[in-house]
Amino acid sequence: MVEQNDNSHRGLREEAWRKELKKSIPARERTAIDRVKMTEEDAALRIKGHMEVNKGITAEMAMQEARRCLDCPDPQCIKGCPVGVDIPTFIKYIEAGAFASAVASIKESNVFPSICGRVCPQEIQCEANCIYAKKLNKEPVAIGYLERFVADYEYMASRVTPPETAPSNHTRIAIIGSGPAGLAAAGDLVKHGYEVTVFEALHEFGGVLRYGIPEFRLPKYIIDREIKNLQKMGVKFERNIIVGKTVTFSDLEDEGFRAFFVGSGAGLPNFMNIPGENLNGVLSSNEYLTRVNLMGADKPDHDTPVYFGKNVAVIGGGNTAMDSVRTAKRLGADRAMIIYRRSFDEMPARQEEIRHALEEGIEFLNLHNPVEYISNGNGHVSRIKVQRMMLSEPDASGRKKPVPVEDSEYFIDADLVIVSVGVSPNPLVPRSMPGLHVSPSGTILVNAGEMNSNIEGVFAGGDIVRGGATVILAMGDGRRAAQGIHEYLQKKAKSVE
Amino acid sequence: MNRVIAKEYLSPYVAQIIIHAPLIARKRQAGHFVIIKIGEKGERIPLTIAKADADKGTITLIVQKVGLTSHKVASLNAGDEIDVVGPLGNATHIEKVGTVLCAGGGVGIAPLLPIVEAMKKAGNKIISILAAKSKDLLILENEIRSHSDELIIMTDDGSFGQKGLITAGMEEILKAQKIDLCVTIGPTIMMKYASLLTKKYNVPTIASLNTIMVDGTGMCGACRVTVGGQVKFACVDGPEFNAHEVDFDELLMRLGGYKNEESQRYQKELEKTR
Repeated sequence: MVEQNDNSHRGLREEAWRKELKKSIPARERTAIDRVKMTEEDAALRIKGHMEVNKGITAEMAMQEARRCLDCPDPQCIKGCPVGVDIPTFIKYIEAGAFASAVASIKESNVFPSICGRVCPQEIQCEANCIYAKKLNKEPVAIGYLERFVADYEYMASRVTPPETAPSNHTRIAIIGSGPAGLAAAGDLVKHGYEVTVFEALHEFGGVLRYGIPEFRLPKYIIDREIKNLQKMGVKFERNIIVGKTVTFSDLEDEGFRAFFVGSGAGLPNFMNIPGENLNGVLSSNEYLTRVNLMGADKPDHDTPVYFGKNVAVIGGGNTAMDSVRTAKRLGADRAMIIYRRSFDEMPARQEEIRHALEEGIEFLNLHNPVEYISNGNGHVSRIKVQRMMLSEPDASGRKKPVPVEDSEYFIDADLVIVSVGVSPNPLVPRSMPGLHVSPSGTILVNAGEMNSNIEGVFAGGDIVRGGATVILAMGDGRRAAQGIHEYLQKKAKSVE
Repeated sequence: MNRVIAKEYLSPYVAQIIIHAPLIARKRQAGHFVIIKIGEKGERIPLTIAKADADKGTITLIVQKVGLTSHKVASLNAGDEIDVVGPLGNATHIEKVGTVLCAGGGVGIAPLLPIVEAMKKAGNKIISILAAKSKDLLILENEIRSHSDELIIMTDDGSFGQKGLITAGMEEILKAQKIDLCVTIGPTIMMKYASLLTKKYNVPTIASLNTIMVDGTGMCGACRVTVGGQVKFACVDGPEFNAHEVDFDELLMRLGGYKNEESQRYQKELEKTR
């Protein structure tokens, strides 16, 4: 009855099927249902390899979970979503068993639900705004699990029909970087009929989705199938091309590219500038994760080397720190620990990642900070001098600052230290565009609405603009930039006429 | 994917490969490097572009067999495929300064060649000094000679040119005439002593740090090096630095970083091909 493929989900709340569905179960019964539990790979087993931890939920589980959603008249969940997915609509389609319609409705605002359903921090976005969490003091509707379920269902049922694309308008657009921002922009632009080429500096596509996020959180086949899908829609992908180096912007203009989207990411890892940081065995999370995720360094038949640390310390409390420490565990560390200067409450990593890490036997040395790395005498790190920290009273900004506890230093054995304290924007692209306005920290300055830079026809988004954010915010930027590029090119075409 | 056009051995351990890479050939300047990767399971390594021919669309890389990947590069033959990305790094600052002393050791003579060529073209007087363990390990002698006003050759065993270390030959020149700039590329230990020497004579010196790089685009920070007390990334801030400010001892230590892991994999590969 509701399997439909049109693109007008607005006003769907008023449709008869949806009203009927809402009435079919009283709200009291809906709120009595417990939140679905994600099936997870056993911790003891999963640390032996890279298999995905979250195994997904069944159709029955998804439909049951969908029943919990009260289809609020003024849904707050949508406001928590950086790209404004019409969450109640897709959930009600799931409740009605119309999974294909559910995916179609998500894809109107989010082209990659199988990625976002896995890596979005729903607990601080859509799910944080859910009426269950806000008013009923209950666990929110599992929006992320449901998004992932329908996206995976679409593939499992081989029902993926690439979204309709307008006939080619023969206008070429260059996307620089194949990470989440670039892929999202490419997906939207190709739908408008543009000839889109994505240029990637590395030898594989996906950017941080490929080199950064480990297999156990986002399997590589998911990225592959999304890229294949974009190729089917007509997006061209060029690897091993560094725009600004291999080809310049003016080369691309000469080749007929009429607009550019720069999504080159936050490439440059930050270090803390403490003594001993340049010892061997002290590396950035970007280096460590790239060696394992992109280069396969943990596999004996791959050529890239990696340290198999026995006592591994990861400095930082973000998702990248969790990804690194959990990877080290999987590479055979006896002891894999997080060293973080604040406490669990302030930790920026996703709750789910912290829980998974704890289940996997990761140790957390919270309220600790490294002050020096000590050599084993041969230039390799063997110990870390750490300092205990405490949190001050909240300052004017309301943030508790970590301050060192006097005379609290002691030593921890570590033969591998992974520094995961943030990244700075990659300087390669901005350096190659004279006149481009950048911030003192090196991010490209753009107009927040259309994402256009000060150079005509050049748009930017994702971490090269934000400095270090999430996949979904990067995708949101890519989509806004796509809209900005579309409007810019239409205006330009009109002014020529 | 790029294709190998030709391969030849310049010495028993040093191979020269010519690769079809028209975009890179057109953009390349002296000092630029590329990242190469062989096969799906290959490693990414940096190699300086020794020569390029924009008309033919080719670049020339010169590699010494020291480990697993350089062994694989040297084993490539015409028609084989290879991933090449670049050109990367900052181009050498070329200007007319007067007399330039170009000191290259071992396989470091390969990245020195485009700098010698460009410095000569800019109107400088070029004194080149090349060093190798022995005569059969000396590479690119004729190419360097053709762009040099003077050429001195040093071998460790005295089998060719003068017997002795490169610094001995350098010191003779530094004593005899005014040198305005020195460029040195070679083994890190050689660059360290060459740099100490030119510091003594107050000659500004550039060293090219062919360090461990993974992505070559600034993403990973594996190639950090301390220059003038500051941590720099060789791939995006270099690869050339003021030699007098480089912490060569730290660099020597860092270069041994993955030695154990690497030699295990290299041994396996050698056993396979045996």
